[in-house]
Amino acid sequence: MTRQDAGPRTGPGRAPDRRRDRTARGRQRSAYPYVLYLPAAIVYVVIFAVPTVMAFYFALTRWTLFDSEFVGLQNFRDFFAEQNLRIGFTNTLIYAVVTSGLKVVLGLLLGVLLTSRLRLRGFLRSVVFFPVLVSTVAVGFTFTALLRPDTGLVNRALALVGVDGPDWLGDATTALLSVAIVDVWKGVGIATVIYIAGILSIPQEYYQAVAVDGGGAWHRFRHVTMPLSWPATYSVIILSFIGGLRSFDLIWTMTRGGPGFTSDTIASIIYKQYQAGFFGLSTAGNVILFVVVTAIVVPLNWFLGRRQATP
Amino acid sequence: MRALRRTGGELVALVVATVVFLVPFSFMLLTAVKDESQAQDLDFAWPTSWPIVENFTAVIQARDYVLLRAYVNSTILTVGSVALIVVFGAMAAFVLQRRAGRVGTLADFLVLSGLIIPPAIVPTIWLLQALGLFKTMPGLILVEVAFNLSYAVLLFRAFIAAIPRELDEAAMIDGCSGLRLFFRVIFPLLRPVTITVILTSSVTVFNDFVNPLYFLPGDDNATVQVTLYNFQSQYSTQWNLLFMDIVLITIPPLVLFVFFNRKIVAGMTAGAIKG
Repeated sequence: MTRQDAGPRTGPGRAPDRRRDRTARGRQRSAYPYVLYLPAAIVYVVIFAVPTVMAFYFALTRWTLFDSEFVGLQNFRDFFAEQNLRIGFTNTLIYAVVTSGLKVVLGLLLGVLLTSRLRLRGFLRSVVFFPVLVSTVAVGFTFTALLRPDTGLVNRALALVGVDGPDWLGDATTALLSVAIVDVWKGVGIATVIYIAGILSIPQEYYQAVAVDGGGAWHRFRHVTMPLSWPATYSVIILSFIGGLRSFDLIWTMTRGGPGFTSDTIASIIYKQYQAGFFGLSTAGNVILFVVVTAIVVPLNWFLGRRQATP
Repeated sequence: MRALRRTGGELVALVVATVVFLVPFSFMLLTAVKDESQAQDLDFAWPTSWPIVENFTAVIQARDYVLLRAYVNSTILTVGSVALIVVFGAMAAFVLQRRAGRVGTLADFLVLSGLIIPPAIVPTIWLLQALGLFKTMPGLILVEVAFNLSYAVLLFRAFIAAIPRELDEAAMIDGCSGLRLFFRVIFPLLRPVTITVILTSSVTVFNDFVNPLYFLPGDDNATVQVTLYNFQSQYSTQWNLLFMDIVLITIPPLVLFVFFNRKIVAGMTAGAIKG
Protein backbone atom coordinates (compact mmCIF):
# COMPACT_ATOMS: atom_id res chain seq x y z
CA MET A 1 0.00 0.00 0.00
CA THR A 2 2.97 2.30 0.32
CA ARG A 3 3.56 4.08 -2.91
CA GLN A 4 6.66 6.21 -2.88
CA ASP A 5 5.99 8.70 -5.60
CA ALA A 6 2.30 9.28 -5.93
CA GLY A 7 2.95 12.56 -7.65
CA PRO A 8 3.43 16.04 -6.30
CA ARG A 9 0.52 17.77 -4.69
CA THR A 10 -0.02 20.45 -7.19
CA GLY A 11 -3.71 19.89 -7.69
CA PRO A 12 -5.67 23.09 -7.68
CA GLY A 13 -8.26 23.82 -5.07
CA ARG A 14 -6.77 21.63 -2.41
CA ALA A 15 -4.26 22.30 0.31
CA PRO A 16 -3.29 18.97 1.77
CA ASP A 17 -0.08 20.47 3.17
CA ARG A 18 -2.03 22.00 5.95
CA ARG A 19 -2.60 18.59 7.41
CA ARG A 20 0.40 17.51 9.37
CA ASP A 21 2.21 14.22 8.76
CA ARG A 22 -0.31 12.92 6.27
CA THR A 23 1.98 11.80 3.55
CA ALA A 24 0.97 8.82 1.40
CA ARG A 25 -2.32 8.23 3.15
CA GLY A 26 -3.38 11.81 2.95
CA ARG A 27 -2.89 11.91 -0.76
CA GLN A 28 -4.64 8.60 -1.19
CA ARG A 29 -7.63 9.92 0.65
CA SER A 30 -8.03 12.78 -1.75
CA ALA A 31 -7.71 10.56 -4.83
CA TYR A 32 -10.09 7.79 -3.89
CA PRO A 33 -12.64 9.42 -1.61
CA TYR A 34 -15.14 7.30 0.24
CA VAL A 35 -17.84 9.49 -1.28
CA LEU A 36 -17.75 7.12 -4.24
CA TYR A 37 -19.12 4.40 -1.98
CA LEU A 38 -21.98 6.58 -0.89
CA PRO A 39 -24.75 5.95 -3.48
CA ALA A 40 -24.19 2.19 -3.49
CA ALA A 41 -23.87 2.11 0.29
CA ILE A 42 -27.10 4.04 0.87
CA VAL A 43 -29.19 1.79 -1.38
CA TYR A 44 -27.55 -1.38 -0.11
CA VAL A 45 -27.78 -0.51 3.57
CA VAL A 46 -31.30 0.90 3.51
CA ILE A 47 -32.95 -1.64 1.21
CA PHE A 48 -30.93 -4.75 2.00
CA ALA A 49 -28.87 -4.58 5.20
CA VAL A 50 -31.38 -2.87 7.49
CA PRO A 51 -34.24 -5.29 6.67
CA THR A 52 -31.87 -8.23 7.09
CA VAL A 53 -30.95 -7.07 10.60
CA MET A 54 -34.52 -6.06 11.49
CA ALA A 55 -35.70 -9.53 10.47
CA PHE A 56 -34.04 -10.93 13.60
CA TYR A 57 -36.29 -8.77 15.75
CA PHE A 58 -39.52 -9.11 13.78
CA ALA A 59 -39.12 -12.88 13.68
CA LEU A 60 -39.75 -12.81 17.40
CA THR A 61 -43.02 -10.92 17.15
CA ARG A 62 -46.60 -11.24 16.05
CA TRP A 63 -46.60 -8.57 13.46
CA THR A 64 -49.09 -6.62 11.33
CA LEU A 65 -46.59 -4.22 9.71
CA PHE A 66 -48.04 -1.42 11.87
CA ASP A 67 -47.56 -2.82 15.30
CA SER A 68 -45.76 -5.82 16.63
CA GLU A 69 -46.18 -7.82 19.77
CA PHE A 70 -43.18 -9.63 21.19
CA VAL A 71 -43.81 -13.37 21.43
CA GLY A 72 -40.31 -14.73 21.92
CA LEU A 73 -39.44 -17.88 20.03
CA GLN A 74 -43.07 -18.81 19.36
CA ASN A 75 -42.74 -18.40 15.58
CA PHE A 76 -39.76 -20.70 15.44
CA ARG A 77 -41.53 -23.22 17.60
CA ASP A 78 -44.46 -23.13 15.16
CA PHE A 79 -42.12 -23.54 12.27
CA PHE A 80 -40.61 -26.74 13.58
CA ALA A 81 -43.70 -28.13 15.31
CA GLU A 82 -46.10 -28.02 12.38
CA GLN A 83 -45.59 -30.77 9.87
CA ASN A 84 -46.48 -28.60 6.87
CA LEU A 85 -43.86 -26.01 7.84
CA ARG A 86 -41.15 -28.41 8.89
CA ILE A 87 -41.33 -30.21 5.59
CA GLY A 88 -40.10 -27.06 3.87
CA PHE A 89 -36.88 -27.32 5.80
CA THR A 90 -36.04 -30.84 4.61
CA ASN A 91 -37.32 -30.13 1.11
CA THR A 92 -35.03 -27.14 0.80
CA LEU A 93 -32.02 -29.27 1.70
CA ILE A 94 -33.04 -32.09 -0.65
CA TYR A 95 -33.64 -29.62 -3.46
CA ALA A 96 -30.28 -27.91 -2.99
CA VAL A 97 -28.34 -31.18 -2.78
CA VAL A 98 -30.06 -32.75 -5.79
CA THR A 99 -29.76 -29.69 -8.02
CA SER A 100 -26.15 -28.93 -7.20
CA GLY A 101 -25.14 -32.60 -7.41
CA LEU A 102 -26.72 -33.02 -10.83
CA LYS A 103 -25.35 -29.71 -12.05
CA VAL A 104 -21.81 -30.78 -11.10
CA VAL A 105 -22.09 -34.18 -12.80
CA LEU A 106 -23.94 -33.07 -15.92
CA GLY A 107 -22.03 -29.81 -16.16
CA LEU A 108 -18.71 -31.66 -16.09
CA LEU A 109 -19.86 -34.20 -18.69
CA LEU A 110 -21.26 -31.52 -20.98
CA GLY A 111 -18.13 -29.46 -20.43
CA VAL A 112 -15.92 -32.35 -21.53
CA LEU A 113 -18.18 -33.07 -24.49
CA LEU A 114 -18.28 -29.46 -25.61
CA THR A 115 -14.51 -28.99 -25.42
CA SER A 116 -13.85 -32.08 -27.55
CA ARG A 117 -13.53 -31.95 -31.29
CA LEU A 118 -17.23 -31.90 -31.95
CA ARG A 119 -18.31 -30.44 -35.24
CA LEU A 120 -21.40 -28.74 -33.86
CA ARG A 121 -19.66 -27.56 -30.72
CA GLY A 122 -20.60 -23.90 -31.00
CA PHE A 123 -24.21 -24.68 -31.75
CA LEU A 124 -24.48 -27.12 -28.86
CA ARG A 125 -22.93 -24.67 -26.43
CA SER A 126 -25.56 -22.09 -27.35
CA VAL A 127 -28.37 -24.62 -27.10
CA VAL A 128 -27.27 -25.77 -23.65
CA PHE A 129 -26.77 -22.23 -22.40
CA PHE A 130 -29.89 -20.54 -23.72
CA PRO A 131 -32.34 -21.84 -21.06
CA VAL A 132 -30.35 -19.84 -18.50
CA LEU A 133 -31.65 -16.68 -20.14
CA VAL A 134 -35.28 -17.73 -20.40
CA SER A 135 -37.56 -16.53 -17.63
CA THR A 136 -38.20 -19.06 -14.90
CA VAL A 137 -41.94 -18.55 -15.16
CA ALA A 138 -41.89 -19.45 -18.85
CA VAL A 139 -39.78 -22.54 -18.20
CA GLY A 140 -42.06 -23.55 -15.34
CA PHE A 141 -45.22 -23.34 -17.45
CA THR A 142 -43.67 -25.13 -20.39
CA PHE A 143 -42.58 -28.06 -18.28
CA THR A 144 -45.87 -28.14 -16.42
CA ALA A 145 -47.44 -28.80 -19.81
CA LEU A 146 -44.79 -31.34 -20.80
CA LEU A 147 -45.14 -33.23 -17.52
CA ARG A 148 -48.94 -33.53 -17.49
CA PRO A 149 -50.01 -37.03 -16.48
CA ASP A 150 -51.90 -38.33 -19.54
CA THR A 151 -51.37 -35.88 -22.33
CA GLY A 152 -47.89 -34.62 -21.46
CA LEU A 153 -45.12 -35.29 -23.94
CA VAL A 154 -42.86 -36.89 -21.35
CA ASN A 155 -45.34 -39.57 -20.42
CA ARG A 156 -46.28 -40.16 -24.04
CA ALA A 157 -42.65 -40.71 -24.89
CA LEU A 158 -42.37 -43.09 -21.94
CA ALA A 159 -45.49 -44.91 -23.11
CA LEU A 160 -43.80 -45.56 -26.45
CA VAL A 161 -41.18 -47.64 -24.68
CA GLY A 162 -43.79 -49.26 -22.46
CA VAL A 163 -43.26 -47.31 -19.27
CA ASP A 164 -46.27 -46.00 -17.44
CA GLY A 165 -45.11 -42.56 -16.29
CA PRO A 166 -46.43 -41.16 -13.01
CA ASP A 167 -48.25 -37.88 -12.47
CA TRP A 168 -44.93 -36.10 -12.06
CA LEU A 169 -46.15 -32.91 -10.42
CA GLY A 170 -49.30 -34.27 -8.83
CA ASP A 171 -47.70 -37.10 -6.91
CA ALA A 172 -46.18 -36.31 -3.54
CA THR A 173 -43.19 -38.60 -4.12
CA THR A 174 -42.14 -37.12 -7.46
CA ALA A 175 -43.24 -33.48 -7.33
CA LEU A 176 -40.18 -31.98 -5.65
CA LEU A 177 -37.71 -34.05 -7.65
CA SER A 178 -39.45 -33.19 -10.92
CA VAL A 179 -39.10 -29.50 -10.17
CA ALA A 180 -35.47 -30.06 -9.18
CA ILE A 181 -34.78 -31.74 -12.52
CA VAL A 182 -36.37 -28.87 -14.42
CA ASP A 183 -34.18 -26.55 -12.35
CA VAL A 184 -31.16 -28.55 -13.51
CA TRP A 185 -32.36 -28.32 -17.13
CA LYS A 186 -32.57 -24.55 -16.84
CA GLY A 187 -29.36 -24.04 -14.87
CA VAL A 188 -26.92 -26.62 -16.20
CA GLY A 189 -25.85 -24.16 -18.91
CA ILE A 190 -24.06 -22.00 -16.33
CA ALA A 191 -22.33 -25.04 -14.84
CA THR A 192 -21.33 -26.14 -18.33
CA VAL A 193 -19.76 -22.83 -19.36
CA ILE A 194 -17.93 -22.64 -16.03
CA TYR A 195 -16.53 -26.13 -16.67
CA ILE A 196 -15.66 -25.24 -20.26
CA ALA A 197 -13.63 -22.26 -18.99
CA GLY A 198 -12.01 -24.50 -16.38
CA ILE A 199 -11.15 -27.29 -18.80
CA LEU A 200 -9.76 -24.91 -21.41
CA SER A 201 -7.37 -23.48 -18.83
CA ILE A 202 -5.76 -26.87 -18.20
CA PRO A 203 -2.32 -26.86 -19.87
CA GLN A 204 -2.06 -29.22 -22.84
CA GLU A 205 1.18 -30.72 -21.45
CA TYR A 206 -0.79 -32.82 -18.99
CA TYR A 207 -2.76 -34.45 -21.78
CA GLN A 208 0.40 -35.00 -23.77
CA ALA A 209 1.96 -36.67 -20.74
CA VAL A 210 -0.98 -39.06 -20.51
CA ALA A 211 -0.69 -39.79 -24.22
CA VAL A 212 3.02 -40.55 -23.84
CA ASP A 213 2.21 -42.97 -21.04
CA GLY A 214 -0.34 -44.62 -23.27
CA GLY A 215 -3.37 -43.59 -21.28
CA GLY A 216 -6.79 -43.60 -22.89
CA ALA A 217 -9.76 -41.29 -22.79
CA TRP A 218 -10.86 -42.49 -19.37
CA HIS A 219 -7.37 -41.90 -18.01
CA ARG A 220 -7.36 -38.39 -19.40
CA PHE A 221 -10.68 -37.68 -17.79
CA ARG A 222 -10.03 -39.32 -14.45
CA HIS A 223 -6.49 -38.15 -13.80
CA VAL A 224 -6.26 -34.83 -15.60
CA THR A 225 -9.59 -33.21 -16.40
CA MET A 226 -11.38 -34.08 -13.20
CA PRO A 227 -8.75 -33.06 -10.64
CA LEU A 228 -7.60 -29.99 -12.57
CA SER A 229 -11.06 -28.59 -13.11
CA TRP A 230 -11.52 -28.47 -9.35
CA PRO A 231 -11.85 -24.65 -9.20
CA ALA A 232 -14.79 -24.95 -11.59
CA THR A 233 -16.40 -27.64 -9.44
CA TYR A 234 -15.97 -25.40 -6.46
CA SER A 235 -17.72 -22.49 -8.18
CA VAL A 236 -20.53 -24.67 -9.48
CA ILE A 237 -21.21 -26.21 -6.07
CA ILE A 238 -21.23 -22.87 -4.25
CA LEU A 239 -23.35 -21.14 -6.88
CA SER A 240 -25.94 -23.86 -7.19
CA PHE A 241 -26.17 -24.31 -3.43
CA ILE A 242 -26.88 -20.62 -2.96
CA GLY A 243 -29.43 -20.74 -5.76
CA GLY A 244 -30.97 -24.04 -4.70
CA LEU A 245 -31.46 -23.09 -1.06
CA ARG A 246 -33.38 -19.93 -1.86
CA SER A 247 -35.22 -21.14 -4.95
CA PHE A 248 -38.82 -20.07 -5.12
CA ASP A 249 -40.07 -19.08 -8.56
CA LEU A 250 -39.78 -22.45 -10.28
CA ILE A 251 -41.47 -24.29 -7.44
CA TRP A 252 -44.16 -21.65 -7.24
CA THR A 253 -44.96 -21.73 -10.95
CA MET A 254 -44.93 -25.52 -11.22
CA THR A 255 -46.52 -26.90 -8.04
CA ARG A 256 -47.19 -23.98 -5.66
CA GLY A 257 -45.75 -26.24 -3.01
CA GLY A 258 -48.30 -28.90 -3.79
CA PRO A 259 -49.75 -31.44 -3.75
CA GLY A 260 -50.66 -30.37 -0.24
CA PHE A 261 -47.46 -29.12 1.29
CA THR A 262 -45.24 -31.86 -0.05
CA SER A 263 -43.05 -29.75 -2.31
CA ASP A 264 -42.91 -26.61 -0.20
CA THR A 265 -39.50 -25.08 0.41
CA ILE A 266 -38.62 -22.47 3.00
CA ALA A 267 -38.91 -19.75 0.35
CA SER A 268 -42.39 -20.82 -0.72
CA ILE A 269 -43.52 -21.04 2.91
CA ILE A 270 -42.26 -17.48 3.42
CA TYR A 271 -44.51 -16.40 0.57
CA LYS A 272 -47.52 -18.40 1.76
CA GLN A 273 -47.27 -17.06 5.31
CA TYR A 274 -46.85 -13.56 3.95
CA GLN A 275 -49.99 -13.93 1.84
CA ALA A 276 -51.88 -15.31 4.82
CA GLY A 277 -50.88 -12.25 6.82
CA PHE A 278 -48.60 -14.04 9.28
CA PHE A 279 -45.79 -11.56 8.86
CA GLY A 280 -43.92 -12.62 11.98
CA LEU A 281 -43.99 -16.26 10.95
CA SER A 282 -42.94 -15.36 7.41
CA THR A 283 -40.00 -13.39 8.77
CA ALA A 284 -39.07 -16.29 11.03
CA GLY A 285 -38.90 -18.35 7.83
CA ASN A 286 -36.53 -15.73 6.43
CA VAL A 287 -34.32 -15.95 9.48
CA ILE A 288 -34.26 -19.74 9.24
CA LEU A 289 -33.34 -19.48 5.56
CA PHE A 290 -30.60 -17.02 6.46
CA VAL A 291 -29.22 -19.40 9.08
CA VAL A 292 -29.42 -22.41 6.74
CA VAL A 293 -27.70 -20.59 3.89
CA THR A 294 -24.87 -19.21 6.00
CA ALA A 295 -24.49 -22.42 8.00
CA ILE A 296 -24.03 -24.38 4.78
CA VAL A 297 -22.40 -22.01 2.33
CA VAL A 298 -19.79 -20.41 4.60
CA PRO A 299 -18.25 -23.69 5.86
CA LEU A 300 -18.58 -25.19 2.39
CA ASN A 301 -16.77 -22.22 0.91
CA TRP A 302 -14.04 -22.55 3.51
CA PHE A 303 -13.72 -26.31 3.07
CA LEU A 304 -13.73 -26.29 -0.72
CA GLY A 305 -11.43 -23.28 -0.79
CA ARG A 306 -8.92 -25.13 1.35
CA ARG A 307 -8.97 -28.10 -0.97
CA GLN A 308 -8.43 -25.74 -3.84
CA ALA A 309 -5.26 -24.42 -2.25
CA THR A 310 -3.76 -27.91 -1.93
CA PRO A 311 -4.89 -29.93 -4.92
CA MET B 1 -13.20 -48.08 -36.91
CA ARG B 2 -12.15 -45.48 -34.39
CA ALA B 3 -13.37 -42.66 -36.54
CA LEU B 4 -16.66 -44.47 -36.94
CA ARG B 5 -17.07 -44.81 -33.21
CA ARG B 6 -16.24 -41.17 -32.85
CA THR B 7 -18.92 -40.10 -35.29
CA GLY B 8 -21.33 -42.44 -33.57
CA GLY B 9 -20.64 -40.92 -30.19
CA GLU B 10 -20.96 -37.47 -31.64
CA LEU B 11 -24.27 -38.39 -33.16
CA VAL B 12 -25.66 -39.79 -29.93
CA ALA B 13 -24.57 -36.73 -27.95
CA LEU B 14 -26.04 -34.49 -30.56
CA VAL B 15 -29.38 -36.26 -30.64
CA VAL B 16 -29.69 -36.38 -26.86
CA ALA B 17 -28.79 -32.71 -26.45
CA THR B 18 -31.19 -31.72 -29.21
CA VAL B 19 -34.06 -33.70 -27.75
CA VAL B 20 -33.48 -32.53 -24.20
CA PHE B 21 -32.86 -28.88 -24.96
CA LEU B 22 -34.66 -28.14 -28.19
CA VAL B 23 -37.88 -30.11 -27.78
CA PRO B 24 -39.23 -27.81 -25.03
CA PHE B 25 -38.53 -24.76 -27.18
CA SER B 26 -40.06 -26.25 -30.30
CA PHE B 27 -43.04 -27.25 -28.20
CA MET B 28 -43.44 -23.64 -27.06
CA LEU B 29 -43.31 -22.36 -30.61
CA LEU B 30 -45.61 -25.03 -32.05
CA THR B 31 -48.26 -24.57 -29.39
CA ALA B 32 -48.11 -20.81 -29.75
CA VAL B 33 -49.13 -20.96 -33.41
CA LYS B 34 -51.86 -23.60 -33.15
CA ASP B 35 -55.57 -22.96 -32.92
CA GLU B 36 -57.30 -23.35 -29.61
CA SER B 37 -58.67 -26.86 -30.01
CA GLN B 38 -55.49 -28.35 -31.37
CA ALA B 39 -53.36 -26.63 -28.71
CA GLN B 40 -55.37 -28.48 -26.08
CA ASP B 41 -53.73 -31.75 -27.09
CA LEU B 42 -50.40 -30.33 -25.91
CA ASP B 43 -48.67 -32.66 -28.32
CA PHE B 44 -45.93 -32.35 -30.85
CA ALA B 45 -48.17 -32.57 -33.92
CA TRP B 46 -47.68 -30.18 -36.81
CA PRO B 47 -50.26 -27.35 -36.66
CA THR B 48 -53.28 -27.97 -38.89
CA SER B 49 -53.99 -24.27 -39.14
CA TRP B 50 -51.75 -21.31 -38.47
CA PRO B 51 -53.63 -18.57 -36.58
CA ILE B 52 -50.39 -16.78 -35.73
CA VAL B 53 -51.75 -13.29 -36.21
CA GLU B 54 -55.01 -14.08 -34.38
CA ASN B 55 -53.16 -15.54 -31.40
CA PHE B 56 -50.78 -12.61 -31.39
CA THR B 57 -53.52 -9.98 -31.40
CA ALA B 58 -55.57 -11.93 -28.86
CA VAL B 59 -52.63 -11.97 -26.44
CA ILE B 60 -51.83 -8.30 -27.02
CA GLN B 61 -55.45 -7.21 -26.56
CA ALA B 62 -56.11 -9.45 -23.58
CA ARG B 63 -57.35 -7.63 -20.51
CA ASP B 64 -57.21 -4.23 -22.10
CA TYR B 65 -53.67 -4.45 -23.51
CA VAL B 66 -52.14 -5.50 -20.22
CA LEU B 67 -49.16 -7.06 -21.99
CA LEU B 68 -48.19 -3.80 -23.67
CA ARG B 69 -48.40 -1.95 -20.39
CA ALA B 70 -46.36 -4.71 -18.80
CA TYR B 71 -43.72 -4.32 -21.49
CA VAL B 72 -43.53 -0.60 -20.76
CA ASN B 73 -43.24 -1.29 -17.04
CA SER B 74 -40.58 -3.94 -17.53
CA THR B 75 -38.61 -1.61 -19.79
CA ILE B 76 -38.72 1.21 -17.23
CA LEU B 77 -37.74 -1.21 -14.49
CA THR B 78 -34.88 -2.75 -16.45
CA VAL B 79 -33.43 0.48 -17.81
CA GLY B 80 -33.76 2.31 -14.49
CA SER B 81 -32.23 -0.36 -12.32
CA VAL B 82 -29.48 -1.32 -14.75
CA ALA B 83 -28.39 2.32 -15.11
CA LEU B 84 -28.12 2.69 -11.34
CA ILE B 85 -26.44 -0.69 -10.92
CA VAL B 86 -23.77 0.26 -13.45
CA VAL B 87 -22.99 3.72 -12.06
CA PHE B 88 -23.21 2.86 -8.36
CA GLY B 89 -21.46 -0.48 -8.80
CA ALA B 90 -18.56 0.95 -10.82
CA MET B 91 -18.02 3.81 -8.37
CA ALA B 92 -17.96 1.49 -5.38
CA ALA B 93 -15.77 -1.06 -7.13
CA PHE B 94 -13.22 1.62 -7.99
CA VAL B 95 -12.64 2.70 -4.38
CA LEU B 96 -12.88 -0.89 -3.21
CA GLN B 97 -10.13 -2.01 -5.58
CA ARG B 98 -7.87 1.02 -5.08
CA ARG B 99 -8.10 1.65 -1.39
CA ALA B 100 -7.50 -1.04 1.18
CA GLY B 101 -8.12 -0.52 4.85
CA ARG B 102 -10.81 -1.09 7.39
CA VAL B 103 -13.55 0.43 5.28
CA GLY B 104 -12.44 -1.70 2.35
CA THR B 105 -12.60 -4.85 4.44
CA LEU B 106 -16.09 -3.97 5.58
CA ALA B 107 -17.17 -3.26 2.00
CA ASP B 108 -15.68 -6.58 0.90
CA PHE B 109 -17.67 -8.34 3.55
CA LEU B 110 -20.88 -6.57 2.53
CA VAL B 111 -20.38 -7.46 -1.13
CA LEU B 112 -19.95 -11.11 -0.21
CA SER B 113 -22.97 -11.00 2.09
CA GLY B 114 -25.02 -9.52 -0.74
CA LEU B 115 -24.16 -12.51 -2.89
CA ILE B 116 -25.04 -15.11 -0.27
CA ILE B 117 -27.77 -13.81 2.05
CA PRO B 118 -31.37 -14.22 0.92
CA PRO B 119 -33.22 -10.90 1.28
CA ALA B 120 -35.62 -10.61 4.22
CA ILE B 121 -38.92 -10.07 2.43
CA VAL B 122 -41.45 -8.70 4.89
CA PRO B 123 -39.01 -6.38 6.70
CA THR B 124 -38.13 -4.94 3.28
CA ILE B 125 -41.81 -4.33 2.59
CA TRP B 126 -42.14 -2.71 6.01
CA LEU B 127 -39.20 -0.44 5.27
CA LEU B 128 -40.41 0.49 1.80
CA GLN B 129 -43.79 1.31 3.27
CA ALA B 130 -42.20 3.57 5.86
CA LEU B 131 -40.37 5.36 3.05
CA GLY B 132 -43.54 5.57 0.96
CA LEU B 133 -41.95 3.42 -1.75
CA PHE B 134 -43.93 0.19 -1.40
CA LYS B 135 -45.97 -0.65 -4.52
CA THR B 136 -44.16 2.01 -6.52
CA MET B 137 -41.83 1.64 -9.47
CA PRO B 138 -38.98 3.65 -7.86
CA GLY B 139 -39.24 1.35 -4.86
CA LEU B 140 -38.91 -1.76 -6.99
CA ILE B 141 -36.02 -0.20 -8.92
CA LEU B 142 -34.16 0.44 -5.67
CA VAL B 143 -34.85 -3.14 -4.58
CA GLU B 144 -33.39 -4.52 -7.80
CA VAL B 145 -30.37 -2.25 -7.44
CA ALA B 146 -29.76 -3.31 -3.85
CA PHE B 147 -30.08 -7.03 -4.64
CA ASN B 148 -27.95 -6.97 -7.78
CA LEU B 149 -25.22 -4.53 -6.80
CA SER B 150 -22.86 -7.10 -5.31
CA TYR B 151 -22.48 -9.05 -8.52
CA ALA B 152 -21.81 -5.89 -10.53
CA VAL B 153 -19.20 -4.72 -7.99
CA LEU B 154 -17.47 -8.08 -8.30
CA LEU B 155 -17.23 -7.83 -12.10
CA PHE B 156 -16.15 -4.20 -12.07
CA ARG B 157 -13.53 -4.76 -9.40
CA ALA B 158 -11.88 -7.58 -11.33
CA PHE B 159 -11.67 -5.36 -14.38
CA ILE B 160 -10.39 -2.30 -12.50
CA ALA B 161 -7.58 -4.41 -11.00
CA ALA B 162 -6.14 -4.62 -14.51
CA ILE B 163 -6.06 -0.83 -14.95
CA PRO B 164 -2.60 0.40 -13.87
CA ARG B 165 -2.46 2.80 -10.96
CA GLU B 166 0.04 4.91 -12.91
CA LEU B 167 -2.93 6.15 -14.85
CA ASP B 168 -4.60 7.49 -11.71
CA GLU B 169 -1.33 9.07 -10.71
CA ALA B 170 -0.91 10.75 -14.06
CA ALA B 171 -4.42 12.11 -13.77
CA MET B 172 -3.74 13.27 -10.24
CA ILE B 173 -0.70 15.22 -11.41
CA ASP B 174 -3.05 16.97 -13.78
CA GLY B 175 -5.18 17.84 -10.79
CA CYS B 176 -7.87 15.31 -11.43
CA SER B 177 -8.96 13.22 -8.50
CA GLY B 178 -11.96 11.83 -6.70
CA LEU B 179 -15.18 12.02 -8.66
CA ARG B 180 -13.54 13.69 -11.63
CA LEU B 181 -10.81 11.09 -11.78
CA PHE B 182 -13.45 8.39 -11.78
CA PHE B 183 -15.87 9.83 -14.30
CA ARG B 184 -13.37 11.43 -16.67
CA VAL B 185 -10.58 8.85 -16.66
CA ILE B 186 -11.64 5.51 -15.22
CA PHE B 187 -15.28 5.09 -16.17
CA PRO B 188 -14.70 5.45 -19.93
CA LEU B 189 -12.06 2.73 -19.70
CA LEU B 190 -14.57 0.33 -18.17
CA ARG B 191 -16.62 0.10 -21.35
CA PRO B 192 -16.09 -3.63 -22.04
CA VAL B 193 -17.05 -4.70 -18.53
CA THR B 194 -19.84 -2.12 -18.43
CA ILE B 195 -21.41 -3.79 -21.46
CA THR B 196 -21.12 -7.17 -19.74
CA VAL B 197 -22.74 -5.84 -16.58
CA ILE B 198 -25.52 -4.19 -18.59
CA LEU B 199 -26.26 -7.45 -20.41
CA THR B 200 -26.24 -9.77 -17.42
CA SER B 201 -28.19 -7.47 -15.14
CA SER B 202 -30.74 -6.65 -17.85
CA VAL B 203 -31.49 -10.32 -18.29
CA THR B 204 -31.72 -10.85 -14.53
CA VAL B 205 -33.97 -7.87 -13.90
CA PHE B 206 -36.18 -8.47 -16.93
CA ASN B 207 -36.67 -12.11 -15.98
CA ASP B 208 -37.17 -11.40 -12.30
CA PHE B 209 -40.46 -12.70 -11.01
CA VAL B 210 -40.09 -12.82 -7.23
CA ASN B 211 -39.34 -9.16 -6.48
CA PRO B 212 -42.15 -7.67 -8.61
CA LEU B 213 -44.48 -10.23 -7.05
CA TYR B 214 -43.64 -9.03 -3.56
CA PHE B 215 -42.85 -5.36 -3.97
CA LEU B 216 -45.02 -4.22 -6.86
CA PRO B 217 -48.27 -6.16 -6.70
CA GLY B 218 -51.33 -5.05 -8.64
CA ASP B 219 -52.31 -5.09 -12.27
CA ASP B 220 -51.51 -1.48 -13.11
CA ASN B 221 -47.80 -1.77 -12.88
CA ALA B 222 -47.32 -5.49 -13.37
CA THR B 223 -44.15 -6.51 -15.16
CA VAL B 224 -44.15 -9.02 -18.01
CA GLN B 225 -43.22 -11.93 -15.77
CA VAL B 226 -46.10 -11.21 -13.39
CA THR B 227 -48.58 -10.84 -16.26
CA LEU B 228 -47.41 -14.14 -17.67
CA TYR B 229 -48.01 -15.67 -14.28
CA ASN B 230 -51.51 -14.16 -14.12
CA PHE B 231 -52.23 -15.31 -17.67
CA GLN B 232 -51.99 -18.89 -16.53
CA SER B 233 -55.08 -18.75 -14.37
CA GLN B 234 -56.98 -16.85 -17.05
CA TYR B 235 -55.96 -18.99 -20.01
CA SER B 236 -55.89 -22.35 -18.33
CA THR B 237 -57.74 -23.75 -21.33
CA GLN B 238 -56.28 -21.58 -24.07
CA TRP B 239 -52.81 -23.01 -24.21
CA ASN B 240 -52.09 -21.42 -27.57
CA LEU B 241 -52.46 -17.95 -26.04
CA LEU B 242 -50.43 -18.82 -22.96
CA PHE B 243 -47.59 -20.09 -25.12
CA MET B 244 -47.83 -17.12 -27.47
CA ASP B 245 -47.31 -14.99 -24.38
CA ILE B 246 -44.33 -17.12 -23.36
CA VAL B 247 -42.82 -16.75 -26.83
CA LEU B 248 -43.30 -12.98 -26.80
CA ILE B 249 -41.63 -12.73 -23.41
CA THR B 250 -38.72 -14.92 -24.46
CA ILE B 251 -37.91 -12.77 -27.47
CA PRO B 252 -35.93 -9.97 -25.72
CA PRO B 253 -33.41 -12.33 -24.06
CA LEU B 254 -33.18 -14.32 -27.29
CA VAL B 255 -32.29 -11.20 -29.26
CA LEU B 256 -29.65 -10.26 -26.69
CA PHE B 257 -28.26 -13.77 -26.80
CA VAL B 258 -28.03 -13.83 -30.58
CA PHE B 259 -26.06 -10.59 -30.67
CA PHE B 260 -24.02 -10.79 -27.47
CA ASN B 261 -23.61 -14.52 -26.92
CA ARG B 262 -19.96 -14.35 -25.91
CA LYS B 263 -20.27 -11.31 -23.68
CA ILE B 264 -23.16 -12.80 -21.74
CA VAL B 265 -21.45 -16.12 -21.21
CA ALA B 266 -18.21 -14.39 -20.21
CA GLY B 267 -20.03 -12.17 -17.74
CA MET B 268 -21.85 -15.01 -16.13
CA THR B 269 -18.76 -17.16 -15.73
CA ALA B 270 -16.27 -14.42 -14.78
CA GLY B 271 -18.08 -13.54 -11.59
CA ALA B 272 -18.40 -17.19 -10.65
CA ILE B 273 -14.74 -18.04 -11.11
CA LYS B 274 -13.51 -14.95 -9.29
CA GLY B 275 -15.99 -15.18 -6.47
